[in-house]
Amino acid sequence: MKVNKRSILAFGAIAATSAIVLTGCASDSPAGEGDSGNTTDFSGQITVWVDADRAGVMEDAAADFTADTGVKVSLVQKEFGEIRDQFVQQVPTGKGPDVIVGAHDWLGVLVENGVAAPVELGDRAGEFEQVALDAFSYNGQVYGVPYAIENIGLLRNTDLVAEAPTDFDDMIAKGEAAGTEYAFLVGLDPEAADPYHLYPFQTSFGAPVFGQNADGSYNPDDLQIGNDGGKEFAGWLAEQGEAGVFNTNITGDLAKENFNSGKAPFFLTGPWNAPSAVEAGLNVAVDMIPSAGGQDAQPFAGVQGFFLSAESENKLAANEFLLNYVGSEEVQTALYEVGGRAPALTSAFEAAVAGDPITAGFGEVGVNAVPMPSIPEMGAVWQYWGVTEAAIINGSGGDPAALWEKMTADIQGAISE
Amino acid sequence: MTITDPQPPTPPTARQRRASRIADAASGGWGLMLFKVVVLGLILALGLYAALVLARTGQWVVAVIVMAVAALAVWIYFGRGKLPAKYLMPGLVFLFVFQVFAAVYTGYVAFTNYGTGHNSDKQSAVNSLMLSAQERVPDSPAYDLTVVERLGELSFLVTAPDGTVSVGGVERPLEEVDGAQMDGDKAVGLEGYNSLGFAQIVADQQRIADMTVPLSDDPNDGALRTPDGSSAYVYTSALVYDEDASTMTDTRSGVVYSDIGTGAFTASDGTELKPGWKINVGFDNFTRAFTEESIRGPFISVLIWTFVFAFLSVFTCFALGLFLAIVFNDPRMKSKKYYRVIMILPYAFPGFLSALVWAGMMNQEFGFINVVLFGGADIPWLTNEWLAKFSIILVNLWLGFPYMFLICTGALQSIPDDVQEAARVDGASAWQIFRSIKLPLLFVAVAPLLISSFAFNFNNFSLIYMLTGGGPRDVTAGVNVGATDILITMVYKVAFVGSSSDYGLASAFSIIIFILVATISVIAFRRTKALEDLN
Repeated sequence: MKVNKRSILAFGAIAATSAIVLTGCASDSPAGEGDSGNTTDFSGQITVWVDADRAGVMEDAAADFTADTGVKVSLVQKEFGEIRDQFVQQVPTGKGPDVIVGAHDWLGVLVENGVAAPVELGDRAGEFEQVALDAFSYNGQVYGVPYAIENIGLLRNTDLVAEAPTDFDDMIAKGEAAGTEYAFLVGLDPEAADPYHLYPFQTSFGAPVFGQNADGSYNPDDLQIGNDGGKEFAGWLAEQGEAGVFNTNITGDLAKENFNSGKAPFFLTGPWNAPSAVEAGLNVAVDMIPSAGGQDAQPFAGVQGFFLSAESENKLAANEFLLNYVGSEEVQTALYEVGGRAPALTSAFEAAVAGDPITAGFGEVGVNAVPMPSIPEMGAVWQYWGVTEAAIINGSGGDPAALWEKMTADIQGAISE
Repeated sequence: MTITDPQPPTPPTARQRRASRIADAASGGWGLMLFKVVVLGLILALGLYAALVLARTGQWVVAVIVMAVAALAVWIYFGRGKLPAKYLMPGLVFLFVFQVFAAVYTGYVAFTNYGTGHNSDKQSAVNSLMLSAQERVPDSPAYDLTVVERLGELSFLVTAPDGTVSVGGVERPLEEVDGAQMDGDKAVGLEGYNSLGFAQIVADQQRIADMTVPLSDDPNDGALRTPDGSSAYVYTSALVYDEDASTMTDTRSGVVYSDIGTGAFTASDGTELKPGWKINVGFDNFTRAFTEESIRGPFISVLIWTFVFAFLSVFTCFALGLFLAIVFNDPRMKSKKYYRVIMILPYAFPGFLSALVWAGMMNQEFGFINVVLFGGADIPWLTNEWLAKFSIILVNLWLGFPYMFLICTGALQSIPDDVQEAARVDGASAWQIFRSIKLPLLFVAVAPLLISSFAFNFNNFSLIYMLTGGGPRDVTAGVNVGATDILITMVYKVAFVGSSSDYGLASAFSIIIFILVATISVIAFRRTKALEDLN
């Protein structure tokens, strides 16, 4: 008989002494249910952690996989936000799943903890969008199969402004000409602004966070955020804050609410806020993010995909499942239909773009996007970045360039710690 | 103990007979015995099963403990007497599982470097490093692969893109062969070998996934590996592991990383290969808690604010709760029931949600408080250092007073009326009655709850994190700690929010916080004792 770990746990808990098993949190890793007399003696069963949104699509893919190969797929539903940490904790105990769904910016932590295994995409590598592959690469290896890309874009209420703006000043001018309460909206936080949403403006001044290696990966030793462009951006941010274009009191929810009620023609946001604008009866278009500093405004791209466990005992089966089922056009399209994020597989991406102008709009903006850095050093950046931006916008910290320099020094210090 | 005189036996009354019948039924009889046997048998069976399973996974210590506890349960519940043990046993077991174990485990983690990059043992770290070090040779071709087997030994039958067919195995470099059975361009079988189907590959996948088939006699050419059993690629390893010397060597740069006892392979210039592994670091985490600049700097101010916050929270909540309890306890008050329900409402909402809602209401420009209550004033409730502290106390008052109201109401109602009446007859004023009679009697009942409430607020993470996130921060200070951070949120930020998680440091901090709270509680309880004597 095969051992069912769930029952171990139940029994252990009743006997009230399997505390060590409990802290291992093995409760949700179902193992083989025991082979029900089938002649094929597969040890093969792969366990996949998915969140509720994706579970439905994955069930279909899993059923296809089982029908074709005979390998069972056990889907375990988890809160998306909990998957990363539980994976990191459970893989070393040997009780973790074979495959998890996740976001590319977990990659640094997963690799540094040695819990994710590289996935060889082989000749299929060329079939995915480049930004998705870059996002899933770490130290020259691809870890996982991407399935969706998302980035922010400029949502425009076409009833208020007919034409796309050419640059930031043009956008503000057009917004003011529209005579609405706000010329432009972006959701910020009083305490920590929002570096993610402000990043395209920062890059338009030529100040990315990290420099890039030849292969496109980020180089933590080359902190670029504090360069001259960065200081210029800080000055610009202070001006916009003073002019009231950026307002840290307008949180994401308020920005969305105001845009949906027609109080602003422009809203810098992601695809997740587009459906509610359409539902509110607005006619919207997605424009390129206008440049403020002259260079291209590059937003961050977030890529979602599936990771493979380093300790998986079913690597071949899991690989097959990832590459030929999760990576298939059918599944990628189905996942797009559920989540509304552009697919990572080029053929599915193109089909999605052709079918929906809003996805197409975000996809076009995404051509400019750069993967959000997944290196662990990024944590040090986040903790200083937003707070400094908020202080600059509110004019509460003094000279913007000096604040920016101080922030860069703090980040540098935290990285080299 | 007193010795009672033997009494002459009196015939039992009907009531006594009934009582003894009930006592008999409760204390024995074959029904109960059967019940005992079944339940204890189940527990023993479960324990045995759990122990077997645990033993199979190699957790011997736990298996032995499980069996010992099961045996102890049987011994206690079958034996005569041992009445206290019968009551204590379940409680003790749960105490162990949910409290003692968690505390001991935290203690253990506090002495390790457990955290990002030190997540597992050395063997997994080596495995993981070797796994990631396998790099596909750039621009190398993909080989069509059929896994074949002869005499239990597996081989790769591969077709190169140029059509040449070769076969090779572990430590047996590829050799060109003729006469393979072809399916299109792909060789699918070879004389003398069995070709494996997908089912067989899956059944033996670990062995196949671990196979490396050298391309030639020169190891620098790389080796074939397969990720899926149907195609193979040429890999070289960027790292070579020497098990005897316990070193990793980078094949390209020649740098040697060795195990110098810090839980990671380290080069001579100090660079570490990640992942490393978990090791014991002694008191290192505790030392760091007091010496690391980013912690030591804000530590004192955070500690003071933590005390102020916890004290004020308890004090304000208690004061308001008590006041309302007295008001609602007045017999002249009409329709108390409905007021009481309203009073308890804030208590019924989840604290998380309330804190978030309050954060919205305190928005400087659009919040309900500024817009509606202050007629559009621009008060920075959450972004000014002192106002943020005030707001936290205010919101916590809103969240906390219903609890104090409840316990004060209960305690007030248990104070006998005749004591008050006597005082009134003696001519005491209402204030005197309250100060000299009600309050001391009340304190006897609620003091322990006040202490536990203090301990709770000392660690009131969710309120701080949801309302202000510890902010506002002084951007020029250079540390990730804000004006309203209490110890627990500071620990959270230090241990988890930075570049990586550090469970070891976080555990060390929890122990420090525990010591603080425990000390305060012990002192406070001592003083409560004195209060009891006052009665």
